[in-house]
Amino acid sequence: MITMENVSKTYSNGVTALNDISIHIERGEFVYLVGQSGAGKSSFIRLIYREVKPTKGKIIINDMDLSKLKERQVPYLRREIGVVFQDFKLLQKLTVYENVAFALEVTETSPKMIKNRVMDVLKLVGIEHKAQMIPSELSGGEQQRVAIARAIVNNPKVVIADEPTGNLDPDTSWEIMKVLEEINSKGTTIIMATHSKHIVNTIKRRVIALEDGVIVRDQQRGDYGYEV
Amino acid sequence: MKYRTLLRHVREGTKNIFRNGWMTFASIAAVTTTLILVAVFLALVLNLDQMARNIEQDVQISTMIDLTADEEQIVQLGEEIEQIDGVKEVQFSSNDNELSKLIESMGDEGQAWTMFEQDNPLNHVYIVEAIEPENTEAVANQIEELENVEKVHYGKEVVEQLFQFNNYARAIGLALIIALVFTAIFLISNTIKITIIARSTEIGIQKLVGATNSFIRWPFFVEGALLGILGSIVPIAVILGGYYYVYHNFVDVITFRFVELLPFDPFAWQLSGMVLLIGALIGVWGSVMSVRKFLKV
Repeated sequence: MITMENVSKTYSNGVTALNDISIHIERGEFVYLVGQSGAGKSSFIRLIYREVKPTKGKIIINDMDLSKLKERQVPYLRREIGVVFQDFKLLQKLTVYENVAFALEVTETSPKMIKNRVMDVLKLVGIEHKAQMIPSELSGGEQQRVAIARAIVNNPKVVIADEPTGNLDPDTSWEIMKVLEEINSKGTTIIMATHSKHIVNTIKRRVIALEDGVIVRDQQRGDYGYEV
Repeated sequence: MKYRTLLRHVREGTKNIFRNGWMTFASIAAVTTTLILVAVFLALVLNLDQMARNIEQDVQISTMIDLTADEEQIVQLGEEIEQIDGVKEVQFSSNDNELSKLIESMGDEGQAWTMFEQDNPLNHVYIVEAIEPENTEAVANQIEELENVEKVHYGKEVVEQLFQFNNYARAIGLALIIALVFTAIFLISNTIKITIIARSTEIGIQKLVGATNSFIRWPFFVEGALLGILGSIVPIAVILGGYYYVYHNFVDVITFRFVELLPFDPFAWQLSGMVLLIGALIGVWGSVMSVRKFLKV
């Protein structure tokens, strides 16, 4: 599903974010990515959806070799990867429905298909009753549900979440985790970068710990491991 | 691209026009100003061009034939002139014909010349035209060398000065038009850039969910074209109204033999079409240029 072989990433300002990383993630796995700020979590994620290219090494996602991927093929990679961010990244002028439909519009899906599919995922994340509202009328947790709906509406094989609960209170965080678990239970691979010790230690899954750009721990049903 | 997607792009592009209110207005104003100036210059340059062509067409060499030449020699001279390289047409005009032309051209005063009708002092003339008006001088020189030629006439200085003036006018006009067009493109791309900065998050998200660059670019393309087209409405009105006025009020005043304005129909319409096209190109270029750097996400 996702394979990294000896991947390093050094930015143009000389900062080495990742150093010789090798990892394999199977289809349907749920992986936590933990580590302090600056440990390389964000770079790891940005490499997967090809916002940045590795300086060295090989990345294979869904049998696509990213180093051989041409610039104009990148959009098609991204359609197979759903991305969720801490700050939701919703379009403020569009309604909930439009925000989600948007991801299908770019793939030239027919309006009828879009309607069915959008309502399905809004139901799945439990926000279908607010489809006609705009993001500023929603709470943080609700906005994150919309973002998740948008991430999965294309039926991606992988969902990447960069601290999806970072801006949310604990109760809301649990609700978001429930949504992510449900998506995972349907076979979607989930990679989630997080600082939440509580979540990692409660919902036990594979944990990959990064420190100064190196994987220091890779453990099934692991725990957070840092004293915060 | 599917038809439905194209409609979507047109819809989005149109929406942006309204969404960006003042910026749209600024862009349109920039295009409008530029196009009015471009139209005025184009009208001038094209009319000058046409006048020059009329004059060029009119450049003729009058070859005065020796009074002593007999008929045979005259015919021979005609054949010799025809054999000169670059001669387009040779026409014989007898002295009687020349006299009546002279009388006609002098109007009432010309009546005095009618007394010469019995004893015509004028020469027979060959009127020669060069294929390339620029070669008039060379052809005239060669004719002068021939036998039985008394004198050769052509508007030497006038012709040369006109050619030169016309070349300058054309070059300056073109340079100004190009400079204006680039200024407008620059202005548009800057105005759109300001609106794009506000939309850069939107573009980033579009890229994130897998939009291709062309998908993102299309609405901007539409927006640019619309800005250009909207910006050319006033200039076209100015062209049609202004040229109509000028043509109908001055056409009588300034009609010398060769100074003739291009007729309103079709010239004003052609000029309007050109302005519309230039406007659309300015808009499209300006907007597509400014979106480019935001696509690298």
